[in-house]
Amino acid sequence: MSKHDPIRMPDDTVILAKDLTKEYGDFTAVDHISFEVKKGEIFGFLGANGAGKTTAMRMLCGLSKSTSGQAWVAGYDINQQSEQIKKRIGYMSQKFALYEDLQVWENIRLYAGIYGVPEREIAPKTDELLHRLGFENEKYALVKSLPLGWKQKLSFSVAIFHEPSIVFLDEPTGGVDPATRRQFWELIYQAADRGITIFVTTHYMDEAEYCDRVSIMVDGRIDALDSPGNLKKAYSAKNMDEVFHQLARGARRKG
Amino acid sequence: MAFVRKEFHHIFRDKTSMLILLVMPILMLVLFGYALNTEVKNSKIAVYDPSRDEVTRAMVEKLQINNYFILKKVLNSASEAEKAFQSGEVSMVIVFSDHFYENLMHGGYAQIQLLADGSDPNTASIITTYATTILSGYQMELMKTGKIPYLITPEIKLLYNPSMVAAYNFVPGVMGMILLLICAMMTSVSITREKERGTMEVLLVSPMKPLYVILSKAVPYFFLSLVNLATILLIANFIMHVPIAGSLFWLLVISLVYIFVCLTLGLLISTIVDTQMAALIISAIGLMMPVMLMSGMMFPIENMPVYIRWISDIIPARWYIEAIRKIMIMGLGFSAIIQELSILVGMGIVLIVISLRKFKIRLE
Repeated sequence: MSKHDPIRMPDDTVILAKDLTKEYGDFTAVDHISFEVKKGEIFGFLGANGAGKTTAMRMLCGLSKSTSGQAWVAGYDINQQSEQIKKRIGYMSQKFALYEDLQVWENIRLYAGIYGVPEREIAPKTDELLHRLGFENEKYALVKSLPLGWKQKLSFSVAIFHEPSIVFLDEPTGGVDPATRRQFWELIYQAADRGITIFVTTHYMDEAEYCDRVSIMVDGRIDALDSPGNLKKAYSAKNMDEVFHQLARGARRKG
Repeated sequence: MAFVRKEFHHIFRDKTSMLILLVMPILMLVLFGYALNTEVKNSKIAVYDPSRDEVTRAMVEKLQINNYFILKKVLNSASEAEKAFQSGEVSMVIVFSDHFYENLMHGGYAQIQLLADGSDPNTASIITTYATTILSGYQMELMKTGKIPYLITPEIKLLYNPSMVAAYNFVPGVMGMILLLICAMMTSVSITREKERGTMEVLLVSPMKPLYVILSKAVPYFFLSLVNLATILLIANFIMHVPIAGSLFWLLVISLVYIFVCLTLGLLISTIVDTQMAALIISAIGLMMPVMLMSGMMFPIENMPVYIRWISDIIPARWYIEAIRKIMIMGLGFSAIIQELSILVGMGIVLIVISLRKFKIRLE
């Protein structure tokens, strides 16, 4: 087996990290983390600001190179085959990343084009998507005229328009109220039902409850990784918030 | 391709910047052409003429024939000259020597003194040049008619721009500046805008090659600068009557090279800074100011101290403006601009290598 073939991961494993590390000089932002994510899973990546979760995610997306350790995403090595990975993932960043001065359908067409969705499929898929979101009347609206909650839904839908096997969400629901967050999570569940794996960072603990499994990062390490129910049991906590605070109390880095 | 289309959308949707981009060249031409005119017209002069003879009267008249000078005051003594300057009534005083006509006829030696207000050296040097030209012209006439004996007069003749039309000077300068503004400033601002809004990150995660992201950003500005180039040339040629004496082909070649250099400068700036504001400030202070002050657009490079000249040598606009002058005004051909062309090509190559390398490093 040559180095460039997809490694033989269990069929249902889409992300596998082994001792993944990122150092900036003396500072170890991500410290030998290892975990795996199953296909169709909603994997919550939790941590205080500065705990290293964004850095870890950037390495998995190919935005940043790892210092040491290995990881495979969708069967490809992040150090060798980032081009292959990029075609198979979707990404939604912390900052709202659609173009405000483009119309809704133009944004969809743009990203669909970038991800190589065939031209003739774009238009029908766009209409179907807008119908599903209830945005039919906004097709020709400039994105800047939409409320924030709508923009986030649209942004997520654009990120999974090309049917990636994994979508990375970096604090996708910043700045919106819990009710809108719940609506947003409806979309995430729909995507997971279609077999798209969700990798989501957040610091809202109500969102952590929605995940199948969560990992909690403290000082660059993964200090806990399990389903929300098991974690609550293990730390004898009422909710994820308490779990998180018990773990974060030991943190040396402050956000 | 989808991405290039998007870039055009950005520009066309943004009415203000669209307006700026298209109106700016016209505005600058008008500004430099009419408001900041370095031609001096209707300068007020005073005359002290103790000899009051045929020749001196004729000379004063000659000065007033064109619109350059207006006789404002006749002085009674040479010492009144200072007062005339201080009151601000006049910008030049002409003092003839005693017995001007007699001296001219017999000794062949008569003196005229031109006094100008040196607190505004530009104007002073321009009006004294005008006056000298007019006066020596008259002297030539006298010699031809045989009224005065042969006399060696220094003859100043301005080549290529005999009437010192200022437009000949500033049109190449404005071209250098506008292209720099659009290519470097707008490109760097539009790339940093993507960084600021977080869309750059999304693009970098996408399968699209970073190089294409950058290239497609440059494409619309490339076309816009061609439009502006055409606008400037048309206005300059048909309204301001600046000739295009040399080959239009080489004019376009050197312009394309310069546009390329400016685009890479914009790219370089955007790899260094992360915000639109910083990109704007760097372009304005780091690029516009040196171009205005040190490219030879407003002040002649020959008059600059050596170390300033070194700086001016690394400003691409300096070479471009020089080449444009040679082609447009002097009508010289390719062989005259080889130096400028090769320097610009060299700068372009160096800049693109540096910025691509920097761009890659950022991704690590």
